[in-house]
Amino acid sequence: MREALDPWPFVYGVYAVGLIGLAWLIIWAYRAMRRAEKRRDEMKRK
Amino acid sequence: MHIYANPKRFLTLASWLTPLLFWSGMVLTLGALAWGMFVVPPDRLMGETVRILFIHVPAAWLGMGGWTGIAIASGALLIWKHPLSGIAARAVAVPGMVFCALCLITGSIWGRPTWGTWWEWDGRLTSMLVLLFLYGGYIALSQASAREGGSYKIPAIFGLVGAINVPIINRSVVWWNSLHQPPSLTAGKSAIDGVFLWPLLVSVIGFSLLFGAVVLMRMRALIAEQQVEARLRRRALDDDANIDADTSNIVEAH
Repeated sequence: MREALDPWPFVYGVYAVGLIGLAWLIIWAYRAMRRAEKRRDEMKRK
Repeated sequence: MHIYANPKRFLTLASWLTPLLFWSGMVLTLGALAWGMFVVPPDRLMGETVRILFIHVPAAWLGMGGWTGIAIASGALLIWKHPLSGIAARAVAVPGMVFCALCLITGSIWGRPTWGTWWEWDGRLTSMLVLLFLYGGYIALSQASAREGGSYKIPAIFGLVGAINVPIINRSVVWWNSLHQPPSLTAGKSAIDGVFLWPLLVSVIGFSLLFGAVVLMRMRALIAEQQVEARLRRRALDDDANIDADTSNIVEAH
């Protein structure tokens, strides 16, 4: 009979992948937005 | 709806809606994940791996929901030709692709202890992988179209045609034999016990709010980029007009 795998490394792995992916997406979108809006505001002032 | 299709009105709305969606999404998502990790008991069949549900299901929902959003915005762009619809479709693409990839990765990790395999070429997994490729194609096409000044219609038609894959993903576990379980949530019915269902619903709402915040951030970035480009183009035209005027003055003086 095959011994069941320890589930915890898989659970931790999923939570790590999910949270890192989500954090990357939010930081990337926020920085891109700030950069684009800053460039537009600087151009308006010139 | 058309009132907010005006970019200026939209930016006013987005400036207070973005932090609202972000912070409410963060509270609900982190709360639901903590609930799923520390409070929910192990499932009778899946054991501790049931906790993966609270990330995998919202990722699948938003991966498919993202393309549905692209299709709706593309349809609106083709019918009403409003540029904000095109910006909305482009803004959804990257977050949709990220959630689609998260769904595939988390599903694969879940598959190993549950099914004994990381991957299976069955209807559900394969159609979800096709969706990931469709996202890649849409992003490349819409970026090329925006950069080269090509027709907005081509990515919009691609967005509409690609939507055929969404019901295929949804029905794949019913139409074909699959290792993946059949739908646990259908209209008005749930095969999931309340102890798992409530944190799952909170997680889906939380992730959806964060998705909305990211889409608004992308839309604001794309609008700002277009405004910069329009201003640069106007300046270049003004400079050309000044050069033409100077040249004609010189010619007249001679």
